[in-house]
Parts: sequence; C-alpha cells; structure tokens
Amino acid sequence: MSTTPENVMEQFDERGFLRRLSWFDWAWAAAFLVGTIYASVHFSQWMDRYEQGILYLSYISLVWVGWVWKPARAFSVVVTALTLFALFQYPNLEAAESNFFLNYLLASQSAIMWMCALFPAATVVYFAGLLARSEFTEKVGSALTWAASGAGLIGLLVRWWESYLISPDVGRIPVTNLYEVFVLFAFTTGLIYLYYEHRYRTRALGGFVGLIITASIGFLLWYHFDRQAYEIDPLIPALQSWWMKIHVPTNFVAYGAFAIAAMVGLAYLVQARNPEGWTRRGLPSAETMDDIMYRTIALGFAFFTIATILGALWAAEAWGGYWSWDPKETWSLITWLIYAGWLHLRFTKGWRGAPMAWWAIVGLLVTTFTFLGVNIFLSGLHSYGEL
Amino acid sequence: METTTTPSQARPKRRRQQGTAAILLQFLGSMNLAITLLVVVAIASIIGTIIQQNQPYPDYLLKFGPFWFEVFAKLGLYDVYSAVWYLFMLTFLVVSTSVCLWRNTPVMIKDMQRYREHQQERSLRAFSNKREWSTSLDAAEVERIGAQALQRHRFRFRRKSHGDARLLAGMTGRTNRLGYVFTHLSIVVICIGGLIDGNLLLKFREWTGQLQIETRNIPVSQIDESSRLPVTRGAFRGNVNIPEGRSAGVVFLDLKDGYVVQDLPFRLHVEEFRVEHYDTGEPRSFESDVILTAPELDAPIHQTIRVNHPLVYEGYAIYQASFGDGGSQLGLRAWPLRGEDRDPWELEGEVLQAQSVEIGGREYRLELEDFELFNVRPTEEAQTRRDVRNVGPSFTFRLRAPTGEAREYHNFMLPVEVRGRQFFLSGVRSSPQEDFRYLHLPADSRGRPDTFLSFYNSLQDQDALRTASERAAEATLAEYGLGDSGLVPQVALSARDLVRRLLEEDLPSVLHYLEQSMMERQVPEDRREMLMTFSRLAMERTLWEVYEAARGDGDLRPVSDADDDGQAFFRDSLAALSAMDLYAAPVFLQLTDFDQVQATGLMIARAPGQPIVYLGSGLLTLGILLMFYVSHRRAWCWIKPRPGGGTELLLAGANQRDPLGFQRSFGALADELDARIKAAEVAAGHRRD
Repeated sequence: MSTTPENVMEQFDERGFLRRLSWFDWAWAAAFLVGTIYASVHFSQWMDRYEQGILYLSYISLVWVGWVWKPARAFSVVVTALTLFALFQYPNLEAAESNFFLNYLLASQSAIMWMCALFPAATVVYFAGLLARSEFTEKVGSALTWAASGAGLIGLLVRWWESYLISPDVGRIPVTNLYEVFVLFAFTTGLIYLYYEHRYRTRALGGFVGLIITASIGFLLWYHFDRQAYEIDPLIPALQSWWMKIHVPTNFVAYGAFAIAAMVGLAYLVQARNPEGWTRRGLPSAETMDDIMYRTIALGFAFFTIATILGALWAAEAWGGYWSWDPKETWSLITWLIYAGWLHLRFTKGWRGAPMAWWAIVGLLVTTFTFLGVNIFLSGLHSYGEL
Repeated sequence: METTTTPSQARPKRRRQQGTAAILLQFLGSMNLAITLLVVVAIASIIGTIIQQNQPYPDYLLKFGPFWFEVFAKLGLYDVYSAVWYLFMLTFLVVSTSVCLWRNTPVMIKDMQRYREHQQERSLRAFSNKREWSTSLDAAEVERIGAQALQRHRFRFRRKSHGDARLLAGMTGRTNRLGYVFTHLSIVVICIGGLIDGNLLLKFREWTGQLQIETRNIPVSQIDESSRLPVTRGAFRGNVNIPEGRSAGVVFLDLKDGYVVQDLPFRLHVEEFRVEHYDTGEPRSFESDVILTAPELDAPIHQTIRVNHPLVYEGYAIYQASFGDGGSQLGLRAWPLRGEDRDPWELEGEVLQAQSVEIGGREYRLELEDFELFNVRPTEEAQTRRDVRNVGPSFTFRLRAPTGEAREYHNFMLPVEVRGRQFFLSGVRSSPQEDFRYLHLPADSRGRPDTFLSFYNSLQDQDALRTASERAAEATLAEYGLGDSGLVPQVALSARDLVRRLLEEDLPSVLHYLEQSMMERQVPEDRREMLMTFSRLAMERTLWEVYEAARGDGDLRPVSDADDDGQAFFRDSLAALSAMDLYAAPVFLQLTDFDQVQATGLMIARAPGQPIVYLGSGLLTLGILLMFYVSHRRAWCWIKPRPGGGTELLLAGANQRDPLGFQRSFGALADELDARIKAAEVAAGHRRD
C-alpha cells in the first residue's frame, strides 16, 4: 500500500470545530433558528425582553449541545415534531380526551405516563443486559431511555401549551411545582446519563442510574394518584418571574448530575466487592467509574453554583435580599459545601475509590433533602411544593 | 490549596526553623482544616433550618418551655446565622481560604508562566504518559514536526538546547490555574460583601447599649430616640405597614424580641393596595400604588410596586412583602349571651384598635384584630383543588375578660352552606397554637341569626321557660292520657332541669344523667324506657314551646308544625344549643357593615455589599468553569540526534486533574506525531527517489 503524505494527513483534520460540522449540523441549526425566530415574533406579546433573551440563549445552548453531542440533534427533531403535532391536535382542553393521539400518546398526562412506564422498563432491561452480558439487550435499554426522556420532555412541553389553554393568565412554564420538577428531574437525569453513556462507550451503568430515576417515578406516581398533583394551578405572585425559566432548569441539571454521580458511586461499591466478576460482566473499570463520578460531580457543582447564584439574584428582586437564610437557601449552601468538600478531597488530597463513592451517595441524600425534604419538613419562603 | 508538581523536598528542612506565626499559618492554610470547616459549617447551618428563625420570643417560650428557651436563647439559636459562634466559624473559613490563597497564588502564577524547559531526559522518562520514536529524519525536521503537532493541539511552547539535544516544552490550558485563584478569592469576596450587608453593626450597638430595643406596640412618635437610627449609608432590612391613604418615612428593623426604628431619607405615601385574583380565587398579584417624595426630588415618583417588581431609589429597594388590614371600620351588632339584659345593641370598631365593652355587668376588652373581605374555601363536594367558593367577609377579634384571660374569635358576616343548611360560623380558640373550632349558628329564613339567638335568650329567661315548660308538661301528659293527674308542676320542673343541663352540657350527657337518676331512684327496668322517652319528650316540647314563642320575635314568616324547614331549623338549633357551652362567649358579635381599609406591607432594604457579592459570584462561576473545563496540560518533546544519523524523539506529558482524559488527549497527540513522522519519512523517501 502506498502511503502518500497527503492521505496520512487526512486522518488529522486540520479544520476548526465549525468547519468540521456537516451540512446536517447546519441545516438542523438553521431549522431551529427559524423556529426560534418564529416563536420570538409570534409570541412576542407574552414575553418581555428578558424572556426573549432566555429564548435565544436556549437556542444557543441547544445548538451547542447538538453540535458537541450528535445524537441530541435527532432527539430534538423528533421531540419537536411530536410536540408540534400534538399542539396542532389541541385547539382546546377537551381534545385531550377526544383525540386519539392526544389521549393515548401526546397529551401531557399521557406522555408523562409513558415516561413513567418506560424508565422502569429501561432499568430492568439495562440490568438484564448487564447480567446476561448481552450487548443487544443493553442497546434496547438505551433506546428505552431515549424514548422515556423524549416522552417526559414532550409531556412538559405540551403541558406548557395546556396551561395556556386553561386560561391565558394561568399559562406558565411547567417547572413551578413539585410534580412538574419531578418530571423534569427524571428526563434531565436520563439525558445527562445518555451523554455519559455515549462519551464513555459503556451501557453497563444504565441500570444503576435507572434505579434513582425509577425511585423518582415512584414518588411521581404516588403524588399523581394520591394527591392529584397533575392539576395545573395558577402561579402565586412570587413565582411570576422570568428568573423561574433559568433558575429551576439549571438546578435540575445539577440534581440530575449529582444523582448520576451517586449511582455510579453505588456501582463502584458493588464492583469493589467482586472486581473481576463485575468487570467480566462489562461494568467499567474502577478508574473509569471514578472518572465518571468526578465528571458528573464537576458538572453538577458548576450548575448548582450557577443555579444558586441565579436564585440569589432572583431573591434580591423578589424577597428583598440576595440571601435570607431561608431553609432552602441554607440547605443549598449545605449541599454546596458537601460537594466542595468532595472536590477538595479529590483535587488536593488525591482521594479516590470507596470513600469518595460513599461521599457521593451521602451527597445525594443531602441533595434530596434540599430538593424534597425542605419542602416537606421545613417551612420558609420556598414553600411552593408542599405535600 | 493545590499540590503542584514542584518538588517540595525543601519544605521539611525549613520547618524546623519556623516560628509560631509560620506554624499558625501552616495550620490555618492546611487542607484538613479547610475540609473540616466545610463540613462543620454545613452541619451547623442545619440548626437554623430546624428551628424557625427570628420568630417572636413568646412563641419560642411556648414551644420549648422556660428552661430550654433560655438555653437556646443563650446559644443564639433563634438567629443562628448572626450568632457569635457561627460567625466565628465563617470567619475561620474565610481566614483559612485567605491563607491558602496567599500562599498558593504566587505558586499558581509561576506555574502559569513556567514552561519547565529545564526538564532532563531522565525525569521525562519517569512520566507515565510517554512515547518514543527513532527515525531517519534529521533533528531539525523532527523539531519542526514536533512544533507543528504541539501547536495543533493548542500547546504554547518554548525551545531550549540541552547540549546537542533540543527540548520543546509545551503547555496548554494555563487559565485553569486562574480558576483556582478565582474560586478561592470569590469566597473571600462574597463573605466580605455579605458581612457588609449583615446586621453586625446593629447587634454591636445594641450590645454596647447605644441602642435600645423597643418591644412595645406604640406609635412611632412616642418611640424613644435611643431606639431610632438616623438615615444611613449602611445596610439594613426592615418592614413597614402603611394603610391606604397614609404615608411613612421610617422602617422597623426586627431585633431579638423587639424592633428599632430606621429613619429613611424619603417618605412613601400609599394610594391604594390591590389584590387581583384568578378565576379560581387564588391571588394573582399583590400591588401597591405608592408616591415617593424626597427633598432632593423635583417631582415625586409615582410607581406601582408588585411582587418581583420592586422600586429602587438611591440604593433603597422597596418590595411588596405582605399586606393586612389597615384599620377597617366595622359595624357590629352585639348579642349578649349572658346576664340580665338580652337585647342586642350596635357598636362600631376599627381593626387593630381595642375598646372596652360592658357585657352583663362586666367590663371586657374587645380587640379587633383583622378583617378579610374574601374567604376562599373548598366547596363541600370538592373533588379537585379548583372546587372553591368565596364565603364572604369575616373578621377576627379577641375578647379579654377582666381577669386578663382572652379568647380569640373568627366570625363570618354571611351564612355559609353546610350540608344544605345555612349557618353563621363563629370560630373560637383560646391560644394561637390551636385551630379555630367553629360554632354553627343556624340562619333563619331571612338569613339572619336573630331567631336562634332570641330562642337561646328565651331559654335563659326563667319566666318564659316556666310558661313553656308548663305548657309542654300539660301537652305531654295529655298525650299519655294523664291530663288530669296533677303532675304538671313536677313534670315541668324536671323538664326545666333537663333544659338547664342541655345548655350547660350536651344531649348525650343529658340522656346519661336521666339514666343515672332512674337507677338511683330504683325505677324498674321495664318502665325505664318509657320514662326516658317521656322525660325527653317533655324537654323537647319545652324547647319547642320556647322556640315557637321566640320565633314570633325574629322570624316573621308563619310556620306550621309540618313545616320541614322549621323542623330542620329546630334540630340545628338544638345542636347549636349543646355547643354553646364550649363556645363560652359572653356575647356574639355579628358583622353588619364594614368599610375596608387595607394596609400594604413593604420591605425596605439597603444592601451596599450587593455589588461586591455579585462580583464574587461572577468570579466564582468563572473560576469553577476554568477549573473544571480547562485542563492544564504539559508536553515535552526531547529531540536528540542519533550518533550515526537520524533522530530520537521522546514525547512525555503531565496533567494532575484528569488522568483518563489526559491519557486520551496525550494519545491523540502521540498518534499525530507518529503519523506526521511516518509521512515525513515517506516524503523524504520520495525525494530521495
């Protein structure tokens, strides 16, 4: 085989990031840009300038995520298409029951129920794949996770539309109560997991991450059936702010990342009991899991910091001060300190392994209390999602 | 707080000569202390979320009892986050962070600037990430290729000759080092900003006695100078309630179990306060129309303040925080339930004011507490949270007996439907910790409480009761065929006794009493049933007679015995009668008229530290992103000519944070070098051909 300097050098793409993008990358970004501009013009009477800013910022984030993580493009196209299809079927709330597609698939309740079914199914399939060492089964697990995340996202997007159908002044982004953020948590965690699955080329951790998502779905179902939490209630005045749109989702990226870190920690501890056996089954090496734990905690910590700062900025507008030592704020600080401790131990003391896995699991317990326990047990300014 | 790759063998030797200050510094900057502090502060912070902070002291006293109340107060647990010990810990954390920063920043900066071009081949070989080539290319060519590959991987590098060997020392992602500086600096900056905005100065002045805490509820004009703070450039956060149509130029700062008054450089006049509602009855917005006037303003500022939309003036931020009654005028009808005189009388009152009223010859103090225009409650058959109804205005008051004992009442203006019947609801409780228990007073056919109340009052009237009981006794005896047995006075007496018992207790205890007394009198068992029914009938007849007579007073509509409505009303009345004892009020206050005046609750705050905190937050975010997402990497190319021609190349790399990630990127760099060398070799071959 004759090797010329030219074809050797082809392996090394000299082009910059943007030049390496395919025509599909650009077409995809352009299509979403058109959609974004349309939304920004068409719904301009519902949005102030901050909300316009958030809309374009979301667009930029989406494009960036899609370009860096290619499967996100197809996902976004499918979710958008199905959501738009649902909205066209949806002239009024009654359609939710009379229209076949809405009733069984796409009305927010139906879509969320699909999510609630698919995530546990994915968890079971992932574990089956891991135990049976079947790559195909694990792929099915991934597919189910994609589908479940999509169903959850569609559910919330359609719910957004439904809130406006109830009455224009009731309409709001569906991240305002415990029910909605549980859906948000489930699919955000699912998507972040899928990113790491892609990046580390291992599906073996899917079942472990699925456990925490399934647990949150258990709560969601209880909340749904026992408390009729799915009802869309109008927003109390304190929550009527554009800050909502960035503060809450940012927080849930953090919660999702922390949850994954803890579950990888769990997998780490499981593997530590029988390293050879589990590695043969396909569980990643201790080193890799340690690395994933670090990556997810770093991601979570960055987002958690930003979310807390956003919360402080909002509080300065709504509650008369950027920090009031409200229980939620205080518990955020506690959570932040716990993970700051974790990062210091890793960076400077060079800790690895089981203690860090345990720390990540304890961190998730603290995070869960911040997210849920504060609302249940403590009263304060953040008491929106009471049980 | 970073370990760097700088060899640190020099340290232990020096330590022996260190003085106390240096040892202290060593301790303060140590990682163990830092992590311990992070965890301890986290745990201590929990306390303040378990004990609700800054509540009125009496509430704590009630909750914890006198002993623990004192203990917790001494520990500062009612305001943990400004307790001395908590602030001490925070200060400690800041000092520890500062020491780390002071010690490590120069190291970091140096680390950013140094390319480590003095590395020797031997030490490079000790790196775990390394790869070697031996090629026929000459050294200059290899150096060119190495430089190209490093550049494409975004390494900046320096060249250095080591004898006949050349070293390319590359580095990338050095801003990662700034990440360390920014994050730790930001913590110090945020804490300083927070300290400026805290109320430490206030506490200090209170502690040194320059400031007296006012605990009485008195008008601002009567508050002593020693409890007032002049206009300040410093931080504060306080509240003020301003009724519609009134204005204020001060704000109240809560401190311990009282408050102090902070003067403002402007006046706020409240034109109107509004609550807007959704269709479902939930509040949609709270807003106040205010006019701000200040000496330096040419024209006053008119603005509507809403939740999430404060008014900011000269660094003073004014927030919509709460609302309440601003002194609504209430027209009341008082129905005495005790004493001789049973006629109702009218009175006027103002919410938040107290007045004395004479009921049954005793002096009571009536404290009108609150008035609510809307009361949205779930409907009786509520399936979802949206099934609500507005049951109309209500007011709350406290009635204080001469003994000082007080009960709190919550009365509705309009009758409320309960199981298809209309009732006036009046809640009662003896302490704020309890829930209200509601007395259901049946409303008559005109929707008034008059019929029931005059019925109740007639029952207290001994003459009316005697007449009624005698008529009832006659009728009952006649029914049993004992019309002329001369038992009327005896039966009437017993019926009155039962009615009295019913008023004092309730129906079950009346029946129990009947049974008891029959056992005592040793009535044979077979006759007991009959006698019980008889006595009960006599009592109910008596009540009915009184009711019939009373209804004439109140309810103008003629009613026959067969009137279902009348019967139902009578049954409701009997139920209410047995509850009257628990109600234990000397008077029933009926709301007949009102003129609502609302007050808006504004929070006014000044936070000069805010820009500092925001700067710190920005630094923190930037620092974290740099630390996590910029990887500081080093790579060296050691290029040594082979004695017999050709060149040897050694590539080595180092990174501390991210071994796995680095392995990958180092691999990519090495692969590229490999390919480039091979391509150059082929090209050289072509040239030779």
